[in-house]
Amino acid sequence: MKKILIIGAGTAGTMMAVHLSRKLNRKEWSITILDKDENHYYQPGYLFIPFGIYTKQDVIRKGAKYIPAGVEYLLAQADQIIAEQNRVKLKDGREIAYDILIIATGTNIHPEETQGMVENGWRENIFDIYTADGADALSKKLPGFKGGKIAIHVVEMPIKCPVAPLEIAFMIDWFFTNKGMRKDVAIDFVTPMAGAFSKPATAKVMGHLLKERGINLVTDFGTERVEYGKLVSYDKGTVDYDLLITTPTNMGDALMARSGLGDDLNYVPTDKHTLQAKAKDNIFAHLGKMSMKFVYWNILLKGIPVPGIASKMGRMGKIIPQTA
Amino acid sequence: MATKEIAGKTVNVTEEGYLTDPAQWTREVAQAIAAEEGITLTDAHWKVIDFLKKDFAAAGVLASMRRINKTGGIATKDLYDLFPEGPLKKAARIAGLPKPTSCV
Repeated sequence: MKKILIIGAGTAGTMMAVHLSRKLNRKEWSITILDKDENHYYQPGYLFIPFGIYTKQDVIRKGAKYIPAGVEYLLAQADQIIAEQNRVKLKDGREIAYDILIIATGTNIHPEETQGMVENGWRENIFDIYTADGADALSKKLPGFKGGKIAIHVVEMPIKCPVAPLEIAFMIDWFFTNKGMRKDVAIDFVTPMAGAFSKPATAKVMGHLLKERGINLVTDFGTERVEYGKLVSYDKGTVDYDLLITTPTNMGDALMARSGLGDDLNYVPTDKHTLQAKAKDNIFAHLGKMSMKFVYWNILLKGIPVPGIASKMGRMGKIIPQTA
Repeated sequence: MATKEIAGKTVNVTEEGYLTDPAQWTREVAQAIAAEEGITLTDAHWKVIDFLKKDFAAAGVLASMRRINKTGGIATKDLYDLFPEGPLKKAARIAGLPKPTSCV
């Protein structure tokens, strides 16, 4: 019996468990998936929370609900991957040996990587939309916002879901237009990139759309530090704000650093064609883009519900019939 | 794809002036590109360029400013002083490497 171990039961890990459990001969393979959090978060839904379209409860489900029968689900935290011995040590002292390891621990925000961001107004006049708590905190701040300067901000690339900052900018515009107070709100879009998006064709279209909606684009802004109500760049540029919606530095899980598998941002260097870790062929990582393909593939062909969205399907979209 | 006369050589460049053939890069070419950017190369500039070239050869991708800082040991603030207004874009062009793409 060979073992596939998946670390992380988020969208990517869960989809891999579902996909593999259907394709593999179960007499030959066993699948174990582990997560340190019993909750599964439907992250694309975070975008709707600040505006009261979703609540935090709408995007949280019990992770076990989405793990297929026959797949072992462990609530445990991985402490270290010992790649050369094909085993993973858990925080509780247990060990799991594997034949194939899939790392799906995702990406987290690190506001502490930017000088002053945590100290000078975090969750007071600085919010993120990449965590359920951040989106929820912003949902409590926005209704009482009396007007002033809002900055939508990206600290450094790469980030997960690079369109999310643009989406939030357009939704802020929509939100205050609806409230009849758009004229009282100035919106800056502040990015370290040369345009609104990394791909030139999209950057051009998005740049135009931002302008059309009166959103001021500030490019090439390398954030050095955050003072209270002010962003300061390395070349001494500043952007003042009353409300900052930021995308802090994104990093992979600290497990990679503990295991000696990560780069400067705790991401695992992989072969870009196969997603196999350069350090070891039987370790797969970086399922972000790949997993999205699985998500679409699974939804379109198999009718698998995406966690958290099911309750909204009636009004947010149509249910796709099962065809497989 | 275009060609360009620089430092007495004909080199292949992109529309934005980034070299497409690393074999055509020389230290004289680097100095000439730097001059176009209004930069006179000093030892501190060369430290950045040498790191970028070495790291690119090993990793196959252009280092980020974070990597230049953490692995190359060059503070981001210094990078801005050396290559003002878009340090990574300028340093990459001078080093004969591709334009930074910053991910997706």
